[in-house]
Amino acid sequence: MSRFTSSSTILRHLGWAVVAALAAGVVILFVDPYPDYQLAEVALFGIAAAGLTVLTGFNGQLSLGHGALMAIGAYTTALLLRQSPTVAVPLVMLASVAAAGLASVVVGAAAARLRGPYLAGATLALAVGLPGVAIRFSKVFGGDQGISVPPIETPSFLGADFPPERWLALVSMVALLLAFVFLANLTRSRFGRDFRAVRDDEIAAALAGIRVAGNQVSAFVVSGCCAGLAGSLLAFWAGLTAPSGLGLPLSLQVLAAVVIGGLGSLAGAVWGAVAVVYLPQLSSSLTEALHLPGVVKDNLPLALYGAAFVVTMLAFPQGIQGGLRLLYRKLWIAIPSRRDI
Amino acid sequence: MHQFLVLTTQGITSGMVYAALALALVLIWRSTRIVNFAQGAMAMFTTYIALWVIQTSGSYWLGFVVALASGLVAGAVVERLIIRRIASGPPLNPVIASLGILLFLEAVVPMIFGGQIRGFPPALSFFGFKVAGVDMPFSPFDLFTFAGVLATMALLYALFRFTGLGLQLRAAAFAPEVARLLGVRVGRMLTIGWALASMVGALAGVLVAPVTLLAPNSFDSVLVFAFTAAVLGGLDSPLGALIGGLSLGLALSYIGGYMSSDLETVGALLILIVLLMVRPQGFFAGTSHRRV
Repeated sequence: MSRFTSSSTILRHLGWAVVAALAAGVVILFVDPYPDYQLAEVALFGIAAAGLTVLTGFNGQLSLGHGALMAIGAYTTALLLRQSPTVAVPLVMLASVAAAGLASVVVGAAAARLRGPYLAGATLALAVGLPGVAIRFSKVFGGDQGISVPPIETPSFLGADFPPERWLALVSMVALLLAFVFLANLTRSRFGRDFRAVRDDEIAAALAGIRVAGNQVSAFVVSGCCAGLAGSLLAFWAGLTAPSGLGLPLSLQVLAAVVIGGLGSLAGAVWGAVAVVYLPQLSSSLTEALHLPGVVKDNLPLALYGAAFVVTMLAFPQGIQGGLRLLYRKLWIAIPSRRDI
Repeated sequence: MHQFLVLTTQGITSGMVYAALALALVLIWRSTRIVNFAQGAMAMFTTYIALWVIQTSGSYWLGFVVALASGLVAGAVVERLIIRRIASGPPLNPVIASLGILLFLEAVVPMIFGGQIRGFPPALSFFGFKVAGVDMPFSPFDLFTFAGVLATMALLYALFRFTGLGLQLRAAAFAPEVARLLGVRVGRMLTIGWALASMVGALAGVLVAPVTLLAPNSFDSVLVFAFTAAVLGGLDSPLGALIGGLSLGLALSYIGGYMSSDLETVGALLILIVLLMVRPQGFFAGTSHRRV
């Protein structure tokens, strides 16, 4: 296996992406619209979580403010479409990526001077504070009500009865795969090695000629661009951009995906996104089966996330992907593991 | 002029509350090098317990005492069951675990007490004193908050400075290995430290709830303010937490009064960022060093 996968990194990643695209495409086309809608949510959380895992797992910077960067992406999409509804959707998404990228230059420049709890606190302040701006300047941002976002138009060659949820799922999945090919290549490149060197020992990295601050800012920008793309998809997915859905819980949801999936692994971001999307559904069917009141139903997912944070940290700090890796090694003990981060 | 005076007393009152929660963060940071992001949520939980006690028993002071006591217990439980097991791992893990506690509490509390926003009774009247027919810009409640936090801080100072337990607490935080060799039960001291910190947090919760009202997430921004105040003071210094809390309270009161109350959190964020850029070690930290 390793003989024909290790020839060229980009070809290998593109090959995996094509395989994943075919598999995901088949699933998306054959399931009902509602599962499609959920798959779109998985894809957008996967993008955000992959971005955060590059920042936190590979570069060692914790951000609790990724929900705020997603909010910037979402509001860019909403505002752009309100101003000129005819702009092509890829352009809207690119604009959202650029806006979030610009914001992360600022946040990243501040973050590069901060360590550990200071960074966590500053980004926490960002996540808690940003929705207040949207409420304060309600003329522009629509206040508490938010701004409605039209769905992505389904191309006409697919026929009139092609469900919009399915088209959204396809678009989101393509965005996810593009982001993953980019991030997978980046983390295996010189940049990725520099990210890890800075994470492991800043002084040694600086002595080896890496510009630590610049490296940390670029990691933040890469990560913020992913958050912007995810935010744009979130706006289309929700059909609405409102402060109530973009506060601290969103940031913590993205962090939950990263932690549950396994910090520092791109595959883990997907497992984590699946967990974050399907956990609420699991808990709501549980509450319905047990006939629990609505307030329990609304809050059980968050309680489960919280418990999952604590349990993961106590028992499986490597998350799902760490568990899978362990399983893989136990089953194929003879095959030496090819790459470890 | 009257508005300025009112804003100033309001700033001092809320500043004292931020100072109390900041002190809780500082106490835990000093002993375990962990920022407890669940501090606000734990205070929210104890305040809900206090509200329940007040409504069932009809006595404010019973609720007050129960809040402080449950804060003590909550801090000890969190340290014993969770933090102790992960404190020696990578520094990221306790941060994530404390966020987990935050999420868990903010979700479980509405399941127990209901999710609607509640009012919380103040200890003393909100209405300003009248002296010779003129409205004073402060109320008995302001005075109570000011005095309560100040008295708590004085008591804690006395505990740390003048008692054997305080000496052991300081030794366990300052040099755990040496303290252990000299017979200090370091683990027990850490538990006591967390319990005390969380009791101060519970006090802050009871004092701030009449103003912010009580909802599962209503202390999120208070935690951000307290963190900012603690960083202002250097994260290491209890006196710094007091001064940081007061200055932040005043600054935010002016921002909220003269501009808009929605911008208070953003204002705190700006103050935090500027401060961290200019003077990351805060204004009252003793020695500055960074672990590499």
